[in-house]
Amino acid sequence: MGNKTALFAEHEAAGGKIVDFGGWDMPINYGSQVEEHHKVRREAGMFDVSHMTIVDVKGAGAKDFLRYLLANDVEKISSVTGKAMYTGMLNEQGGVIDDLIVYNMDGWYRTVVNCATREKDLAWMNEQAAAFEVELSERPELSMLAVQGPEAIAKVAAVLGGNKAEVVNSLSVFQGLEVDGWFIARTGYTGEDGLEIMVPEAAIVQFWKDLVAADVAPCGLGARDTLRLEAGMNLYGSDMDEAILPMAANMSWTIAWAPEDRDFIGRKALEAAKETGVKEKLVGLVMEQKGVLRAHQKVIVPGVEATGEITSGTFSPTLGYSIAMARVPKEIGDTCLVEMRNKQVEVKVIKPSFVRNGKQVF
Amino acid sequence: MSEVRNEIKYLSSHEWARVEADGTVTVGISDHAQDSLGDVVYVEVPEVGSQVNAGEEAGVVESVKAASDIFSPLTGEVVAVNEALEDEPETVNSSPYDDGWFFKVKPADVSELDAALDADAYREVCEDA
Repeated sequence: MGNKTALFAEHEAAGGKIVDFGGWDMPINYGSQVEEHHKVRREAGMFDVSHMTIVDVKGAGAKDFLRYLLANDVEKISSVTGKAMYTGMLNEQGGVIDDLIVYNMDGWYRTVVNCATREKDLAWMNEQAAAFEVELSERPELSMLAVQGPEAIAKVAAVLGGNKAEVVNSLSVFQGLEVDGWFIARTGYTGEDGLEIMVPEAAIVQFWKDLVAADVAPCGLGARDTLRLEAGMNLYGSDMDEAILPMAANMSWTIAWAPEDRDFIGRKALEAAKETGVKEKLVGLVMEQKGVLRAHQKVIVPGVEATGEITSGTFSPTLGYSIAMARVPKEIGDTCLVEMRNKQVEVKVIKPSFVRNGKQVF
Repeated sequence: MSEVRNEIKYLSSHEWARVEADGTVTVGISDHAQDSLGDVVYVEVPEVGSQVNAGEEAGVVESVKAASDIFSPLTGEVVAVNEALEDEPETVNSSPYDDGWFFKVKPADVSELDAALDADAYREVCEDA
């Protein structure tokens, strides 16, 4: 038996098929992950993401600490209250320990890290924190719900009303604000507009029920994965890990090189790698014929000896054929071959982004 | 609980076989199999007129989650395939024993099915899974 979120009984009541996910009993789907996927692209769906780890960073040294800990620079979000930033947390070799979101809470910061990496993340953060005047505190008493889709914001505002609805309607993209003990952010992992909402545990079940009544569909981890992959968003442990540099994981944009005198963990290794050149990159693959691209299938680039590998692959419900992300030799052209089930299939190579806001983007 | 029908035979690899009135045998995958696979997105069936062999690969079913080989429960000639699955593979999820059938075989020796599992034995396989 794994850990259970405060919504576990609701998942069972909604017919959720429960699987183990990083030590948590979570719903993979509530019947059909494809239908859940479409609901998010067309209307609104919700995901229990209470298993994710919230870590608040407070103290006089909070900013200096995060400017050292993270490859992206929290200075960039310092002028806007609640502004969010996506970043990698790297080791000294430049490999990705985890990817996370950090919010500027005016004087302190809130971070959200992955559940499967919780223990090593906390150990690493605490180890680095020793040299700074900071306190790190987990917030396990907060449940978290992601409500996503073109109708998500309007539905949440209607369900909440009052102060909270005002905050919901005031948020700009990638901004999160506290209101009455809740934290509401306009962020997500689906490529649709929507919210990620941290809710005191005592209030989460009623909120869930109100959203169900407002026709927001419960969605499981299966749909969460196909949505994030269509959106070209990385999954930690599949698309990158501690042995992968951000440049080889489509995360170059999250490295803040300026100012040059900011020392962050992994900087020296990344600079050295930039000097010698990174040999691989993460691309998107599209296969319009029958079949489904799967993780770990071999990618062959004609004329190049080195091979690549699919890091995430699935059937795209929105497009109606298979898509994947793959780490490949950087010489790759517009097409490549994928070895699947004893045959080689030619597929299209694109930037790793497939669907945003309900529409094909390549 | 998944549905296990009494009047048909099963393989431990989750295919089912039903002897029809005309002597042909219809093959599909069980309710337990479709539930484990999740949303089916492609089905590859053998060609009409081709030969299939008992216990050997005869097709592929791909879901969002995984690809899975389909094994033929018996030896014979394929006399029909379910062409509707080409456009509506999700029928395998909604109707695994009826509209979601895969192919029909004219058996070389229908007694081959005696070795297959009956419903009770197959229920035990599902419970152990």
